[in-house]
Amino acid sequence: MRRVAEVAATFAPAFSVYLVLTAFSGEVGLWSLAELIGGAVVSFLVALASHRLLWERGGWRLLNPWRWAVFLFYLLGPFFLAMARANLDVAYRVITGRINPGIVRFNPGLKTDAGRTMLANSITLTPGTLTVDVDDETGDFYVHWINVRNVDPKPEEVCGNFPNWAKVVAE
Amino acid sequence: MTILMYVFLGIGAIFNGLGAVALHRFPDVYTRLHGATKCTTFGSIFSILAVVVYGVARGGDVGISMVIRAVLALVFLLLTNPTGSHALARAAHRAGIKPFKAVVDRLEEVGK
Repeated sequence: MRRVAEVAATFAPAFSVYLVLTAFSGEVGLWSLAELIGGAVVSFLVALASHRLLWERGGWRLLNPWRWAVFLFYLLGPFFLAMARANLDVAYRVITGRINPGIVRFNPGLKTDAGRTMLANSITLTPGTLTVDVDDETGDFYVHWINVRNVDPKPEEVCGNFPNWAKVVAE
Repeated sequence: MTILMYVFLGIGAIFNGLGAVALHRFPDVYTRLHGATKCTTFGSIFSILAVVVYGVARGGDVGISMVIRAVLALVFLLLTNPTGSHALARAAHRAGIKPFKAVVDRLEEVGK
C-alpha cells in the first residue's frame, strides 16, 4: 500500500510537468493523444525507478503547500537579491582577478536531507560560494569560498540567513 | 516591450561573456566553476526573461506556450546547475586536485 502511494505521489508531479511542457499540442483538451499516452508511460517509468529515493526519509513533509508558498517567496525575494549582489561581486573579481580562495567548514545545524540539499544548492547558485561536500552524519558543510574573510566562519558570514529559510521551508 | 527585451538580452549576454572571461582568468577548477556556472546561470535567467517578454508581447497559443516552456527551462536549469557544479567540485577534490593558493582547506584536513 505504502509502495502504491509512493509511486502515485511520484507519478503525479512528473506527469503534471510533462502536461505543462506539452500544452497546446493538440485536440484532447490542450493536448494531443500521443503526448498524453507517451507522457503517462514515461512518468510511470520514472515513478517506478525513483519513488524509493524520493520518499524514503520523510519526504512527505514536502507536500505541504505552505512550504511551497514560502519557498517561492524565498526564491523570488531574498534569494534573488543575494544572488544578484553576489553576481556583481564575482563579476568584479573576474575583471580585476582579486581572489582569496579556500575551502571553509561550518555547521548550519540542519537535520534533514531536504534542508541540506536546499541550502547546498542555494550556496552553489550564489556566486562566490560553492558547496564541495556535506558530511551526512554531522551536517558539516565544506564550502569553496572565492574570497575568504575568516577561516572559521559562522554560517551567516558565508550564506547570510539562507539556513533559516531552509529550516522554515524544508525541516 | 521591445526595449525591455533588448535590455534583458543585453544583461544576459554581458554575464555570459563574463563567464567566458572567468574561464580564462581564474587559476583552477574550483574558481573556474564559480565563474562559469554562476555567470552562466545569471546570464541564462535574463536571456530566458527576454524570451518570456517576447512570448507575452506576441500572445496567443504560441506566445503562451513559449512563456511556459521558457520558465520550465529556467526551473530545471536552477535545479541542475548547482547539482552539476557540486558533483564536479567534489569529484575534483576526491581526485586530489588542490585549490590554487588556498588560504585554508578544511576538507583536506579531515581527509575525506
